[in-house]
Amino acid sequence: MKDIRLMKGNEAIAEGVIRAGCDGYFGYPITPQSEVLEYLMATKTKERTGMITMQAESEIASIHMVYGGAAAGKRVMTSSSSPGISLMQEGISFMAGTELPCLLLNVVRGGPGLGTIQPSQSDYFQAVKGGGHGDYKMIVLAPASVQEMYDFAKLGFELAFKHRIQVMVLSDGAIGQMMEKVELDEQVPRWTDAEIVKMHPWATTGKTPDRERNIITSLDLNPVKQEIININLQKKFKHIEETEVRFERIMCDDAEYLFVAYGSSARICQKAVMLGRERGIKVGLLRPITLFPYPTHELAKLAKQVKGMLSVEMSAGQMVEDVRLSVNGAVPVEHYGRLGGIMPAPDEVLNVLENKFIKNKNYELHTH
Amino acid sequence: MSYIPTREEIIEDHDNVVYERTCLLTDNALSYCPGCGHGTAHRLIMEVIEEMNLQADTIGVAPVGCSVLAYDFMNIDMQQAAHGRAPAVATGIKRLYPNKFVFTYQGDGDLAAIGTGETLHACNRGENITVFFVNNGIYGMTGGQMAPTTLPNMKTATSPFGRDTETMGHPLKITELVSHLPGTYFVSRQSVHTPANVRKAKKAIEKAIQYQKLNKGLCFVEIVSNCNSGWKMTPLESNKWMEENMFPFYPLGDIKVPK
Repeated sequence: MKDIRLMKGNEAIAEGVIRAGCDGYFGYPITPQSEVLEYLMATKTKERTGMITMQAESEIASIHMVYGGAAAGKRVMTSSSSPGISLMQEGISFMAGTELPCLLLNVVRGGPGLGTIQPSQSDYFQAVKGGGHGDYKMIVLAPASVQEMYDFAKLGFELAFKHRIQVMVLSDGAIGQMMEKVELDEQVPRWTDAEIVKMHPWATTGKTPDRERNIITSLDLNPVKQEIININLQKKFKHIEETEVRFERIMCDDAEYLFVAYGSSARICQKAVMLGRERGIKVGLLRPITLFPYPTHELAKLAKQVKGMLSVEMSAGQMVEDVRLSVNGAVPVEHYGRLGGIMPAPDEVLNVLENKFIKNKNYELHTH
Repeated sequence: MSYIPTREEIIEDHDNVVYERTCLLTDNALSYCPGCGHGTAHRLIMEVIEEMNLQADTIGVAPVGCSVLAYDFMNIDMQQAAHGRAPAVATGIKRLYPNKFVFTYQGDGDLAAIGTGETLHACNRGENITVFFVNNGIYGMTGGQMAPTTLPNMKTATSPFGRDTETMGHPLKITELVSHLPGTYFVSRQSVHTPANVRKAKKAIEKAIQYQKLNKGLCFVEIVSNCNSGWKMTPLESNKWMEENMFPFYPLGDIKVPK
């Protein structure tokens, strides 16, 4: 029998990581994602699977606890929201430099600064273009439903260990807080210490006589060696770009116009596609599921088919840059976004598309 | 007349060996300045880990600072941590591997300035880790800048006219501070500049490692050390200066012992 429950997005990913065999969660409360830590504490992870759940003194400490656990080969994670993720950039960069696998969740709220606690998508650049110092990328997964919040826990850990990379689930306050039905799957057993030694020979699990000591460091003062380290990192990112792109096409086959949107905005655009079809506009939606790697080739293909693309994001225009890079001038690409925690409505984005591409008018934003 | 062995023969005869370098130190030449206390501190910790047969169960955390390359010299599994974050990194390891021996090795800038939060909270939570804290009152690796433990009126690259406590604050006695927290189990301050002090320091290190098995809280050993390069002195001068100036402010001895 299927195990179906009504859950908040934040609760779904918390349940997801437990069932994905997570060994440790280290986090710090911040709205709108505190339910993750609360759920893990309330469900007594230590008794359920042996998973450690710990409230740290700060986001900085959280990410470095994750570093310590990841460097010892464990499935570990943290979660936060925008201002907290900014604090974590130091640790994320160190994990990029040491190629440590981990799962990170950003339930994005409006910024900059303390901003607001309402949903936003204004951390796209930070998540997709690097965030911390140095040349690095994370795999970024963008859930558009509570089910995907749950599913991306397991997928995130799989990708993280497959490529020894940090995987960020880039959600937002709407997906984190809303309730939907979720279908749960079987518990994945946590790895035993012996399995970790076998599967992750690089992990610092204690030097035994049968091997050299393991060192996890991002430091190499020799620039020739440091360049090689960086080149190898770039090769890994390129490989990921070639193999891990995920996206969803919604009514794209006959589309003349295209929405490009992820997360909450994709949900809004999906409704706008239906409204558009009712009005006789052949409109479709391309929903990137991985933001890095980005579905560049799919957009380039669609650029040969459609007359215009509208990137809808709850930001001042961040992902639109990747859409423009993908189509490389082949079709007009416009952006529409609401800021500071405001979500656009389906008819609003459809009107923008219609005005910009069909009626050739500029849409004037009416603020409340 | 009986046969008198040569010096070489005496050395080669293993029965005559009274002291050997621990196999837990690598053959890499230490990157520390001649006269610096780090090398002795490394040796003592590695000797104790070897004597307690803990190599396969030890995970060390190296900091940012002069000892950032500690993993080049210690023949154990090690993680290099971001500046100040070693206690958080060690917390992550220890929580997930409660039966391993986990330690950090940190300098004063790392532990008592940028990492104060991580230090105090790891101590206060009573993490079952061991912290080795080398305090020489200066940032050695970056070229002799003022540290949180720099003494009043002490000259450094960023306090060239001496540390003015009115504008630059006071030296932080973080070891006394952590001794007051309920999460610390054993807190001691030692030095490694004379054979007698080396013996005392080794005893404190032994306790700090042994006690971790009891799961009673964090063990903290400060080693007050010199920085002859940063202090711009000869090694002998720096040891004398340390005795005359550092020890009165940072008195040696056990600060918190188990009841």
